[in-house]
Amino acid sequence: MSVFCEVPQAAPVAVFKLSQDFNNDQFPNKVNLGVGAYRTDEGKPWVLPVVKKVEKIIVHDDRLNHEYLPILGLPEFRSSASKIALGDDSSAIQENRVGAVQCLGGTGALKMGAEFLRRFYNGNNNTKTPVYVSAPTWENHNAVFANAGFEDVRPYKYWDAENRGLDLAGFLGDLETCPEHSIFVLHACAHNPTGTDPTHEQWKMIAEIMMRRKLFVFFDSAYQGFASGSLDKDAWAIRYFVSMGFEMFCAQSFSKNFGLYNERVGNLTIVARNADNLKRVLSQMEKIVRTTWSNPPSQGARIVAITLNTPELFAEWKDNVKTMADRVLLMRAQLKAKLQALGTPGTWDHITEQIGMFSFTGLNPKQVEYMVKEKHIYLMASGRINMCGVTTRNINYIAESIHETVTRVQ
Amino acid sequence: MSIFSEVPAAPPVAVFKLSADFREDDHPQKVNLGVGAYRTDDCLPWVLPVVKKVERLIVEDDSLNHEYLPILGLPEFRSASSKVALGDDSAAIKENRVGGVQALGGTGALRIGAEFLRRWYNGVNNTATPVYVSAPTWENHNSVFADAGFKDIRPYHYWDAANRGLDLAGLLDDLEKAPEHSIFVLHACAHNPTGTDPTQEEWKKIAEIMKRRNLFVFFDSAYQGFASGSLDKDAWAIRYFVSQGFELFVAQSFSKNFGLYNERVGNLTVVAQDSDNLTRILSQMEKIVRTTWSNPPSQGARIVSKTLNCPELFAEWKGNVKTMADRVLLMRDQLKSKLQALGTPGTWDHITQQIGMFSFTGLNPKQVEYMIKEKHVYLMASGRINMCGLTSKNIDYVAQSIHETVTKCPYCVTESLSVL
Repeated sequence: MSVFCEVPQAAPVAVFKLSQDFNNDQFPNKVNLGVGAYRTDEGKPWVLPVVKKVEKIIVHDDRLNHEYLPILGLPEFRSSASKIALGDDSSAIQENRVGAVQCLGGTGALKMGAEFLRRFYNGNNNTKTPVYVSAPTWENHNAVFANAGFEDVRPYKYWDAENRGLDLAGFLGDLETCPEHSIFVLHACAHNPTGTDPTHEQWKMIAEIMMRRKLFVFFDSAYQGFASGSLDKDAWAIRYFVSMGFEMFCAQSFSKNFGLYNERVGNLTIVARNADNLKRVLSQMEKIVRTTWSNPPSQGARIVAITLNTPELFAEWKDNVKTMADRVLLMRAQLKAKLQALGTPGTWDHITEQIGMFSFTGLNPKQVEYMVKEKHIYLMASGRINMCGVTTRNINYIAESIHETVTRVQ
Repeated sequence: MSIFSEVPAAPPVAVFKLSADFREDDHPQKVNLGVGAYRTDDCLPWVLPVVKKVERLIVEDDSLNHEYLPILGLPEFRSASSKVALGDDSAAIKENRVGGVQALGGTGALRIGAEFLRRWYNGVNNTATPVYVSAPTWENHNSVFADAGFKDIRPYHYWDAANRGLDLAGLLDDLEKAPEHSIFVLHACAHNPTGTDPTQEEWKKIAEIMKRRNLFVFFDSAYQGFASGSLDKDAWAIRYFVSQGFELFVAQSFSKNFGLYNERVGNLTVVAQDSDNLTRILSQMEKIVRTTWSNPPSQGARIVSKTLNCPELFAEWKGNVKTMADRVLLMRDQLKSKLQALGTPGTWDHITQQIGMFSFTGLNPKQVEYMIKEKHVYLMASGRINMCGLTSKNIDYVAQSIHETVTKCPYCVTESLSVL
């Protein structure tokens, strides 16, 4: 008899199951529009040239060793990462009230922030504080906060399926009626999975209510630079909220914009009222880090730190990021054009209005099933496609498949 | 007003505070015998030659990219790691009932294992299951299990301070009296901080009781190879328990034996009754990993995996590990000789009897304070020293300092040194 005989089989994570099914598919024209990683026009992963360059610099630098990093991470990584989010001229940084925790990707940053908030926000160990995540959102948000101990994770209205856009009225309504001090997880840009972001004016409305009703701002920033091609544009919302005087968290990921998915490079940026509060917050963060991973991994943080802190490399990186963003924008423009040329029923403006890696096609579950089973085009049941999976070689097949699906399946 | 105004300042982690104080100290002869990392005889960190070699291979390999690893980690790393712990000829591995979860160092492996047990062991979400950690133990064990949700973490007798050795009777008694199904965190070798391990006969007694009383075996293995210089010797206890049919966890760290401290290379080896149980366990491990770090970092796992899976590199690595272990053994030997030569009061055999990176000197807190304040020799309040901090250049000063401390300050009941 096993002590584990009662342990149930867990369902696989959907996006990885999709990739697995794709891998097992023998169809010659199969396309993977599932998992969120950048692909070149040849459909291949891309190690950024600047990353390759910096990796060589690191391996040849005999001054570097493998001694433990500080618990909160590589200092030059933490400060340059926060600077990227908040801007070179950030007064909050100048006022010494911005700190950071190097974390394991965006997930790790969300986790550390959630664990801290559960312990110290809105009372001690107040597991009842509602945590709001957008409807829909990245499938892991809910579980990260739940596993950090929050008992009440709720959706806020976000996606208007009928109009294929932001449900602003619903969103603002939820902000007005939620309990004070609720935590809101906001996507800084390139909303996952809808690709639909609030406009500047809409962000201002959101901020006004959040400030008035004392709601906690927790940004998830996984696509800075990747969404529009401009780091500053993609950080506008974060910087606006900081300028409005919010204390807040920002979970940053460098997985996508550095293509460093597997080195787990993330940063939890903390904006506090003043240096004293910041210090106490960071001291508690150390305790949480210590019992989870002790101290963070070095390689990815070194690559990012060297790049961000060296002007020529920084310029080269921004260029690599623009390369990725531009290819995605091109595929968006071409996919829409082809669907319009085919006369595919429905409107397809949302493909170019949406931003970032993902597009919420509007395909319903039956249509998605048809795409996967009949056309061997793999996308999420929500209708989400990864634009990076679209290439000049497969875009016609994709457009024709969408056309066929929409006309045949209702 | 800040929403964080009520957040209290947390005290710093002791071992890092010690290193910070050491760094600020100007004394020319200062010695850091605190944090547990290997140092060369020049008192410098050491990047293993084999690691340097493999890092170059990795950077030149254009077939490698940075795509996400699977949630459970790099497959060739996981299997090679478990093999290092359980042995090449492991029947359990052949029976397909051994799995691995690549984790963030030993800490990450302990944490994932603890999170799993809290959810699925001894009932569902049974936070009341007692977790026993040795008295003393690594200062983070308690917190890792507490933060995973366990409410009842208790010490088991381990260190006999009077006799400077293992309190076997106390340990066995705790095993007999612990509630059934209690979880026990066992140090596979080179016990931290005492450096005192059970003998093989003593391990057999421990295993017999644990089997009979249905206690859960959770090994912490942070020093395999580093302790004795032999991977197999240092894994004897783990392999013995597996051969006795236990289902168990082993939290493995490659921080010390690969010198890869900052790349966070660890593995949680899971030994289950059969492959069906293993499959279900690993599926739940995935869920826990996904909400903690999603998937693990690649660099360190690639280095270890390449090394373990390539015969020449594996041999070179074992040579590097032996270099480290041998230097530690030499320092142990020399420190004991010097203390004996000085006629320092007390017995100092424990310095060579203990094994691994650490030595529990037996110095009491006041003596430790004297060592730090008067002699600028930094060690933990428990009297624990990191043997790696000793070098041929500082060993005389350290021996003399211990001598002075013990003779001037045997009990140190007052602050004033003029009153003995």
